[in-house]
Amino acid sequence: MTTEAEAHATEHHIVSPKLYLGIFAALLVLTATTVAASYVDLYVFNVVVALAIAVLKASLVVLFFMHVKYSPKLTKLTVISGLFIFLGLLSMTLADYMSRAWGRW
Amino acid sequence: MSDSTTVANGEMADAPDARVETHAAHPPYQRHHFESVAQQFDATNFAMWLFLLTEIMFFGGLFTAYLIMRNWYYPAFVEGSHHLSIFWGTSNTAVLITSSFTMAMGVWCAQMRRKGGLVLCLSLTLFLGFVFLCIKGIEWHGEWVDQHVPGLRFTDVDFLHPSMDAEVYKEYQDAPLAPGMAQKTEQYFFLYFAMTGMHALHMVVGISILIFMLFRAIQGAYTEGHFTYVENFGLYWHFVDIIWIFLFPLLYLVSRHAK
Repeated sequence: MTTEAEAHATEHHIVSPKLYLGIFAALLVLTATTVAASYVDLYVFNVVVALAIAVLKASLVVLFFMHVKYSPKLTKLTVISGLFIFLGLLSMTLADYMSRAWGRW
Repeated sequence: MSDSTTVANGEMADAPDARVETHAAHPPYQRHHFESVAQQFDATNFAMWLFLLTEIMFFGGLFTAYLIMRNWYYPAFVEGSHHLSIFWGTSNTAVLITSSFTMAMGVWCAQMRRKGGLVLCLSLTLFLGFVFLCIKGIEWHGEWVDQHVPGLRFTDVDFLHPSMDAEVYKEYQDAPLAPGMAQKTEQYFFLYFAMTGMHALHMVVGISILIFMLFRAIQGAYTEGHFTYVENFGLYWHFVDIIWIFLFPLLYLVSRHAK
């Protein structure tokens, strides 16, 4: 246990500034892309594209800026379970609203 | 997990002053109930993530409300959104992403024990946080002038007669809404203020903690191996950034071409 902990301490991952800079550039490019995409009429896909880019940006932030890629399994599991519960609550709420006879959901 | 305490108690039974001898060398910032600094770091990191999960649920409620309301009162939400400034929204996104980058660099400086770099990064993050709030203030002021503040100063005349706001009309040529639907634009602006307001409140909290950290960093804190505080504050700051990453397209962008 101790040796494992010590090993973890010595190899505490430090993300390099170069990688941070790359992620930063990618986030700016994705922001420009999502704004540019909003000026093109894609019908229903405007929402899809905007949300897909937002999810991609958020994933980059979580994985690299928030170090989840280099974190212990416990942290990864915590993040994933949080998102899972949120999506579960969201879909259950929507299912409730959609299945009621309110004329429009 | 409980190895350290068992050993300490066992030793103590033999010699009264064993506590001093068995007190293994450890950095001053390691709390005694942790086995190692790494364990302490992981535990605080885990706790920070649990807090962020509660924040996801909190903002998640607002996002869910927005999703449902937008589907109910779709035309009102589309035309309401046409009155936001994509220029300011995009600028603020860039400002916030840059502040996330400077914050990440601050964590790196703390890890590398670079005091000057840490102070610089925290100062830049603080500055960009203020810039974000100033831009947000400019936008909110615009909404106040346009009478789009629900409850305090609101009129739906812009949505009954869209051509009255020449600038917005030139770009979107919105059709007039029926009176019942035009009223519902207040719902859009209510959620707009609730979401950006809650986000801004989180920025204010973040800025306050940043000021505190900046003073501590100038005194030499965080750069002597114990960077947990900076790391965990970084998580909070990036989380607030992520909320904005979703707010920006949903409030400003997705309704541009919707009719």
